[in-house]
Amino acid sequence: MTWRNLLRTVWPTVPIVSALIITGLFLSAFGVSPGEGFSAMLRGAFGDVNKVLNVTAFWVPLALASTGLVLAFTAGLWNIGIEGQIILGAISASWIALKFDFPEPWQIIFQLLAAMIAGALWAGITGVLKTRGKVHEIFGGLALNNLAIILTNYLISGPWQPPEGGTFRGTEPFQDKAILPLFADSRLSILSIALLVIAVISVYLLLRGTSWGLKLKALGKNPRSAFLLGVSSERELLLALMLCGALAGLGGAIRVTSWFDSLRQSISGGIGYLSLLVVMLSNFRVALTPFIAYFFSAVLNGSITLQLRTQLHSSLGGILTGVMVLLVLLLGDIKTLNFLPKRMTKESTDE
Amino acid sequence: MNETELVKVLSSIVLQASPLMIAVCGETISERVGVVNLSLDGTMLLAAMTGFVSAYLSDSVFVGFAAAAVVGALFATIVAFGSIKLRKDQFAIGFVLTLLGDKLSAYLGQNFTRIPGPHVAHWGIPLLKNIPVLGPIFFDHDPLVYFAFILVLTTWWWLFQSQAGLRLRSAGERPEAGFARGVNINRLRYLYTIIGGSLVGIAGAAYSLDIKLGWAEGSTRGLGWIALAIVIFGGWSPIRGAIGAMLFGASKALAAVLQRRYPEVSLVAFNTLPWLLMLAVLLLVSSDITDRLLIIVPIRFRQQFRQALRVRPPAALGQPFTAGESGED
Repeated sequence: MTWRNLLRTVWPTVPIVSALIITGLFLSAFGVSPGEGFSAMLRGAFGDVNKVLNVTAFWVPLALASTGLVLAFTAGLWNIGIEGQIILGAISASWIALKFDFPEPWQIIFQLLAAMIAGALWAGITGVLKTRGKVHEIFGGLALNNLAIILTNYLISGPWQPPEGGTFRGTEPFQDKAILPLFADSRLSILSIALLVIAVISVYLLLRGTSWGLKLKALGKNPRSAFLLGVSSERELLLALMLCGALAGLGGAIRVTSWFDSLRQSISGGIGYLSLLVVMLSNFRVALTPFIAYFFSAVLNGSITLQLRTQLHSSLGGILTGVMVLLVLLLGDIKTLNFLPKRMTKESTDE
Repeated sequence: MNETELVKVLSSIVLQASPLMIAVCGETISERVGVVNLSLDGTMLLAAMTGFVSAYLSDSVFVGFAAAAVVGALFATIVAFGSIKLRKDQFAIGFVLTLLGDKLSAYLGQNFTRIPGPHVAHWGIPLLKNIPVLGPIFFDHDPLVYFAFILVLTTWWWLFQSQAGLRLRSAGERPEAGFARGVNINRLRYLYTIIGGSLVGIAGAAYSLDIKLGWAEGSTRGLGWIALAIVIFGGWSPIRGAIGAMLFGASKALAAVLQRRYPEVSLVAFNTLPWLLMLAVLLLVSSDITDRLLIIVPIRFRQQFRQALRVRPPAALGQPFTAGESGED
């Protein structure tokens, strides 16, 4: 193996190591040694069984949203509105949980279904604004995200306010049967993991093995020629967005019925925006998204422990993931680094 | 409401709109040259934090604005380098920077939240501020507000009246044509994207040093996205953009007035106003529905109405440019 091939082999780790070094500098700048900081994060994520269960519970809705986003990205859509779709899913599941009383298994089934429908419809609004109104999905989605947040705050402080009122910013806890069956004392539900596995496999097969997946890819790569070839873009775009919204809504339902037990003020915890980063880092490959999402979940939960230990703001986790995605995006593929000498980047012929 | 109150409200709209006007100018310049800097929301947060902290530590607002401009220029450089040199997705880079700016501002500013610091001093323009009605609305503010108005006019003149502006716009409309006439497209794109970014940085600091005084986590969150939407509404013209910024300010002022008048109506209804307005104006300027509705306008005026309502983005917006076949090197 020549040094050139060696460089090409180790290159993908360069952005990741650089991101760790940069985050380490941010730690030292605030008087915490990088070793101490990273080990606090690591212990916060995997220190004991409860921590691992917590990371896993946070991971499920994030991975669900990321899985859905792969569909939207494949169709060439920037579904920033996913945050709002998660919130609408959470609101609808809460609505069924608070206001209806179905027999045992149906309660949860209806909650999840309502969440998926609401997420899909909320995504559909963004879609119609784009296909019919020519409003870019970034702006449509963003406005709808903010409307969804305002709607949550309205429900919590108005019609769904707990009877005792109080300062607590959330609804009253749901009835027992509305909560997903939880693993031991954790906030993790086995059912939600099963749903995630089904979602990942379905999306994988949908993109790999069906003509619809092929159409979607064609649309994402070149909308104009796909149109000329007779791919009806409006229907495919709407369908891709709404499927994404349905999975995001399901994620929202899992947030309210296992991570929490009620509708809270910032119910999504930013996992919508985070899932966009996950999918970008995966280079839009659905098989990779669950693993990257797990890493993100570990970093985020770890940085909350870091804050408890060192009083440093927990946004450090966001800095680590953000810098990592940025560097991978910019520098991850050595073949595109046209500022390096050609002989370093081009394929080696002498084996 | 009497005249004094109305003047007061209008004057506050002008004040509130001034940072948005600066940000809109910056992004308009950047998009006119062909580069979408989507990172506005994160840039403004980080610049607001940097501006406040620098001004606090140095006890000088000038240092604050300079530091904020550097932050904006830095983020714009990343967007420009990634999209022009590396030919990566502008939206992706901009979006990651949006989140990163948000997190960086929260982390780096954590020891400086909710403390009083220096701010831009009030300075009414002598004589002009004594003009009835117009004086208090436009000429009795601080230098930043005047800077915003001068910037809007200068940017408009630069873009549409000067030779340099012609070259600038050619890079965003038809880079091949500009290149054929000897314009170095990519150098222009770097230059103006970075200038635009530093203006966005100044806009961020305008919040922490002038409008919302001080720093708190997420203090300007959302405003960058509003500015991006106003650029579209403004049809990539600084003057129309300034009008958009003031309309946005007016909608907030209106909400505040209505809320005092009708306390029984939930706060929710008023909070949704800016976002519904954003959707409505974007629909108005870009959807075909507008064209269909124009049928009610007499045919003689239809063309003028259409021009006034519809907007068209620069043709080569977001598209990388490579001169000829051989590439840039």
